[in-house]
Amino acid sequence: MSKKIIGRVSRVAGSFVTAKCMRGSQMFELVKVGDAGVIGEIIRLEGNVAVIQAYEETEGIKLGENVLATGKPLSVELGPGLIGQIFDGVQRPLTVISNMFGPFIKRGVETLALDPKKEWKFNPILKKGVKVIGGDIIGTVQETSLLNQGIMVPPNISGIIENIYSEGKYTIIDPIAKIKTSKGLENIFLMHTWPVRKPRPYKTMLPPTEPLLSGQRIIDSFFPIAKGGITATTGGFGTGKTVVLQTLAMWVDADVVVYIGCGERGNEMADVLNRFSKLKLGSSDHPLMDRTIFVANVSNMPIVAREASIYTGITLAEYYRDMGYNVALMADSTSRWAEALREISGRLEEMPGEEGYPAYLASRLAEFYARAGQVKTMGTKDRVGSITVLAAISPPGGDFSEPVTTNTLRIAKVFWALDFALAHRRHFPAINWFMSYSEYIPMLEPWFAKVERDWQKLCGEARTLLKEEEELREIVALIGAEILGDKQRSVFETAKMLKEYFLLQNAFHPVDAYCPIAKTYKMLRIFLKFYDKTKTAIESGVPLTRILGLPIREKLSRLKITPTNEFDQVYNEIDKEMNEQFEKLELKDLEEDKI
Amino acid sequence: MRNKSHIGVKYYTIKEITGPLIFCESVSGVGFGEIVKVLTPSEGEKIGQVIDISDEITVIQVFEGTSGLSIETTAVRFTGETLKLPVSTDMFGRMFTGTGEPTDGGPNIIPEKFLDIHAPTINPCSREHPTKFIQTGISVIDGLNTLLLGQKLPLLSGTGLPHKLLASQIVKQAKVVGEEEGFTIIFAAMGITSDEVKFFRDDFLRMGAMGKVIMFVNRAEEPAIERILTPRMALTAAEYFAFEHDLHVLVILVDMTNYCEALREISASRLEIPGRRGYPGYMYTDLATIYERAGIIKGKKGSVTQMPILTMPDDDITHPISDLTSYITEGQIILDREMFKKGIYPPIDPLPCLSRLMDKGIGSNKTREDHKQLSDQLYYAYAEGKIVQGTALVSGEKALTTIDKLYLKFMERFEEEFISQNYNENRDIEDTLNIGWRLLSILPKPELTRIEPEIIKKYHPNHGKN
Repeated sequence: MSKKIIGRVSRVAGSFVTAKCMRGSQMFELVKVGDAGVIGEIIRLEGNVAVIQAYEETEGIKLGENVLATGKPLSVELGPGLIGQIFDGVQRPLTVISNMFGPFIKRGVETLALDPKKEWKFNPILKKGVKVIGGDIIGTVQETSLLNQGIMVPPNISGIIENIYSEGKYTIIDPIAKIKTSKGLENIFLMHTWPVRKPRPYKTMLPPTEPLLSGQRIIDSFFPIAKGGITATTGGFGTGKTVVLQTLAMWVDADVVVYIGCGERGNEMADVLNRFSKLKLGSSDHPLMDRTIFVANVSNMPIVAREASIYTGITLAEYYRDMGYNVALMADSTSRWAEALREISGRLEEMPGEEGYPAYLASRLAEFYARAGQVKTMGTKDRVGSITVLAAISPPGGDFSEPVTTNTLRIAKVFWALDFALAHRRHFPAINWFMSYSEYIPMLEPWFAKVERDWQKLCGEARTLLKEEEELREIVALIGAEILGDKQRSVFETAKMLKEYFLLQNAFHPVDAYCPIAKTYKMLRIFLKFYDKTKTAIESGVPLTRILGLPIREKLSRLKITPTNEFDQVYNEIDKEMNEQFEKLELKDLEEDKI
Repeated sequence: MRNKSHIGVKYYTIKEITGPLIFCESVSGVGFGEIVKVLTPSEGEKIGQVIDISDEITVIQVFEGTSGLSIETTAVRFTGETLKLPVSTDMFGRMFTGTGEPTDGGPNIIPEKFLDIHAPTINPCSREHPTKFIQTGISVIDGLNTLLLGQKLPLLSGTGLPHKLLASQIVKQAKVVGEEEGFTIIFAAMGITSDEVKFFRDDFLRMGAMGKVIMFVNRAEEPAIERILTPRMALTAAEYFAFEHDLHVLVILVDMTNYCEALREISASRLEIPGRRGYPGYMYTDLATIYERAGIIKGKKGSVTQMPILTMPDDDITHPISDLTSYITEGQIILDREMFKKGIYPPIDPLPCLSRLMDKGIGSNKTREDHKQLSDQLYYAYAEGKIVQGTALVSGEKALTTIDKLYLKFMERFEEEFISQNYNENRDIEDTLNIGWRLLSILPKPELTRIEPEIIKKYHPNHGKN
């Protein structure tokens, strides 16, 4: 046991506390400051002086009060009971705090992240005498209706199972196994702790091979995400970043979702909590919360905890990845995290880099994103797990050339540029189809080709159509629309249908909110078919106005709100009617020609 | 050992006075954030707060300015307290300074409670998410950017634009549909002129609403530093009446630009590393500690709704003040100079406006089932009309197609009939939505791509006709 270090406060300035007599303490060690026991983290050491950033308000702290070093860096508790919880940036359970202390978050509240009294049913898998290494799953706990948690040997322990307890109910602090290691016997619990700033180890990083399906048409078709990938959603205020991330948190086909509300709005958090607690996952009976963890550090909570919140979030994600699950992590917004970094750096009087951000902004961002990916996990048996990071960026003034955006885009492979112009006309998701990109398309092509062979071809055609329309629009803006022939006008009309009936997707509509991949494909196919038929008809002399008057257009407009179970039937009908209506058009035209 | 308290003792230990800050020798036992009385022979007593303590030096920020202070004759007296606002139901109809002292010549209030003006954060798990529609009687707000109870929705304006008039119209007309009790208004003025203060006060008096109004006023000529406290005083009172007296409180904060200027001034005098345009890097967090104090708490009947008003320097929405505000608040209502030049009142350009909470407070049982789709269609049509207008400006009207001309006509009439309304005109939500439908009927029905056919059948004024 190391000696307890107790220093004393020699300066308080905002959330920064300087303490003397701290020799022997370590960087990023957790400390408790003053009589109120305010939690903080050591961020600078000079001789026997430690600079501490406090996670809570420092008001009332006096000179000379004690500073207690805990000997441990900021760590999170990992074990059953994480799913369905709402934590703050340093993993304090907000529901528990609300029940115990009322609606306002008071200072110095000490609560455990996981309920130490709750009993979990443990099913052992491995037997006595088996040789285990870190990451091996020795048993399981059914954590929620959706998730069977693998109880792993902590990464830093290996040896022979000396004893494993039989099936039964245990709390997170009851030992469930003993392992004989080179250093002696180690107790294994349902829970272990891990420092948040240290990435959890894995065997090897694997390239992405599978898409993370989102149920959002523009994403799944034009700008797909890969499991283990990194995406950046960027846009000025009001362009719908938060709605995009919340929608994805509901619908992505991940096993676990970690949603970090980093420096965002309290009301918004309340709304998402309310919605998630009522919703079911997809068409199942399982509550959405049974796969979701929230880390909520709203904008008026201490910024230092905001800085920590993304590390807390990704450590939770790594824990589930290590069990072999696919985890999606939403970080809304990394700009607020970067601002916290800037604020802390400014208070430390460090030399500022671009726009006042510290010079190490790029490397911190890179370190964080490096924790995403598809990996072969630790353990004797091979498992594959992934963390997909979906980050929102809020550039000041909507200017994409600012440091957080540019530094993130150097790392992220998917970029969804949210567009003011689209948002202003209430086209959501306001993902600009010209500026956005996904570098995963070539890697995911084999997967999509298995779904439908011409998937990429169709997506390409649709994007060409939009590009053509954009070019025509520029011409029209200069010389007017009167010079356009029917052929060009048909580009306008079909591009409009594609935008309004395919790309536009209402996140709050009971049917439209989620579009299965098969439906996305078929919708894309039928709109392009309509375009092809229009082109052919016009070439054979049918006037555009007649095509626009076809009754099939209304049916096409309703495809997106056609429930999934009726979709195939409706689709076939529409397909048939469309063929008939176009045939009639051309026949009628021929007849008129004869007259 | 005898523990001599520092509280109440006069210390003549000032070493330096700069800007709003006093540097003095440290005294043991002083806490961070403690309130200090600054005693001067000529200027009387001022309030300050400890913003930095170290073994050597204590830094005090003086809220009422440091003019007239001298190193030799000024003393500091520590109180051992943090900054608190005395609150009581006697506050209604009264006017206070930015630091919470009565300024209308009336007696001091008899406090029911003393509340810390830096309220702790509301636990997100304890928040009730806003769902109740506030009818302001203004079409462009109610119809397109609906305000909900517990929301924070700023008016972003420019110098010379009629945001005062609009704010007063909202105060006059705002009501929660289906609830008897109207709004209690808490008004915080930061750095506005005496004329402007008088405008609001006269307006409240004229409405006969003064009995439901509390004003906290820091005028332009009063110390800038006091502005840091004013919104916090107002919000502390608002929370008290909302969460302990079950009232619906509407807080008007005007002008947040002056608040931010004060923040910059203090930051500069503390020699902090500046962020964008000289504003401190922590301005987002600081503004959040104001704006986030809006909302509803589960199990409580009252609510705090915020309407901050700010004048965008040079009408620039990307300016840090308007930018950060809009990133924190739940939407924004933008007063536009072009609309103002056209003589439109309220001069709101709906395109960049937004109410983030709108979708949760509209629809059947709240406003009307067609509200959302109608609003989306109006947005689409107005945006389309603006594009056509641009084309017409470049290539002339003859370059427009028949449909284009209809969109242009829609746009013009939308500005005249939907956006424009009289200062005294209080439209209920049905009226607003019906005007919207009347205007949409200018366009051919196939253009209404954002509205489901059933809704068109039910609400389109020309349904059945062709």
